[in-house]
Amino acid sequence: MPSEHNPVAVERAEWKKRQLKERMKQLLTVSSPIFMLLLWELLSRTAVIDPRFFPPPTAILETFWNLAVSGELLTHIGVSLYRIFGGFLLGVIPGVVIGLLMGLYSPVRHFVQPIVMALMPIPTLALLPIIIILFGIGDLSKVVTIAGSVFFPVVINTAAGVMNIDPIHMDLAKNYGADSKDYFLKIAFPGALPVMLEGIQMGQAIALLTIVAAEMMGSVSGIGFLIWTSYKAFLLQEMYVGLILISFFGYLFSLLLRGLQRKILRWR
Amino acid sequence: MNDDVKIRIRNLTKVFYQKGESTTALDNVTLDILDGEFVCLVGPSGCGKTTLLRILADLEQPSAGEYEIAREKEDRPLQSMVFQERGVIPWLTVRDNVAFGLEMRKLPKKVVKERTDYYLEKTGLMAFADRYPKELSGGMKQRVGIARAFANDPEILLMDEPFAALDEQNKFILQEELLQIWAETRKTVLFITHSIDEALLLSDRILLMSAQPGRISEEIRVAAPRPRTMEAIRADPGVAEQFVRVLKHLQDEVQRSRG
Repeated sequence: MPSEHNPVAVERAEWKKRQLKERMKQLLTVSSPIFMLLLWELLSRTAVIDPRFFPPPTAILETFWNLAVSGELLTHIGVSLYRIFGGFLLGVIPGVVIGLLMGLYSPVRHFVQPIVMALMPIPTLALLPIIIILFGIGDLSKVVTIAGSVFFPVVINTAAGVMNIDPIHMDLAKNYGADSKDYFLKIAFPGALPVMLEGIQMGQAIALLTIVAAEMMGSVSGIGFLIWTSYKAFLLQEMYVGLILISFFGYLFSLLLRGLQRKILRWR
Repeated sequence: MNDDVKIRIRNLTKVFYQKGESTTALDNVTLDILDGEFVCLVGPSGCGKTTLLRILADLEQPSAGEYEIAREKEDRPLQSMVFQERGVIPWLTVRDNVAFGLEMRKLPKKVVKERTDYYLEKTGLMAFADRYPKELSGGMKQRVGIARAFANDPEILLMDEPFAALDEQNKFILQEELLQIWAETRKTVLFITHSIDEALLLSDRILLMSAQPGRISEEIRVAAPRPRTMEAIRADPGVAEQFVRVLKHLQDEVQRSRG
């Protein structure tokens, strides 16, 4: 029987075509950063773009290698990661706790909400001079700066997460006699989790944005310090190494958090 | 008080008040529901039937009047509600959903498992016990709600249009399943519905409600013998007559509230 008269064969051919298309899309995703790097290399080598400002990626890679071998890079990375994690936790934990309290108890919400809303638009970085005066130029001031920036998206999303729980689940908990502990553990917390995790994801992105700026002022180590001092000394290859590190960690952290999210929210 | 009365409602009134305007959702409702009786509340939207159910479910407080649910066993909850489809909690597995009431009551693990297993089996959910509700069809989700209420073994069951969102075929199947489970326990049920067919199939007595103010305007006894099936109910000439009666009443009500 010729294949065009066999419905299964027709559909199999269609399916194969779809598979091919899917693979093409994956290929595009993988090739886009490679393409960009190649283009950059080419334009820089041929001096179409000024190699003093945009050194070719291979040169940056070489600098990266030298910095890594000297051990300097590892110190900067270690210091920054420590500050990011510390600041992240110091912002997320109070953010989740206060956000849950706001969502669960309307008097708390009505009292805390105006304060949060009024403080949120102030960039923590603008407060950096005061933070440095209070906490010194060591790790603590960076941790506090990051915590201050991470706190807001987490607190707002956590409160919104609790508020967004379908009222029918609250009725159900009440009707089946849930006490406040069970209500919290079985309804409020898991119900708020999806929106809360979105806030934490946002907080993670903000933490990386903040660390660079925080380390540019009053600091003697860290990726931000590397970027800033290299820039001031016009060592642009070293500066690019710092920028690439930030990009790498940003991507890595959001992949990790997405994975965690998928694992925790299997029920979705 | 008559010994057989399970739910005694006296002069129950609920007024919703907002910005100087008040709506009487329930107006002086007095009603007795007997032990083991299956009663359907039928009426147009906004006639207060949900309000009445929510008051009995302790989710709403009456403005005036009182009600009493007779307690037979000390360790039983007074009432459990079967909610609409959204009432199944998405982040709990089917098993945890069914066990919800028992867990809340802190019953021993063994009892919780026994009763949960029994009703998972009864409702055909055993194979899905460890799945999350997102993987279930609408009919399966509603079985979860039913199993949860029965497993809790309350004095009375309250059902808030549990089958409203289902397609017709699934509805018939679930209605008959509900009747089978109910026949085993003979619990007192107060069931809200829009569907006349559903009320005639399920109930011993249909209470027709009128809107604004919400009152019980008529009462119809459904004498058809049990166990019932949809086919037998449809074929019963007495029931057909009653269908027309309920239909007329509801149409009059809708007309009246429009005019």
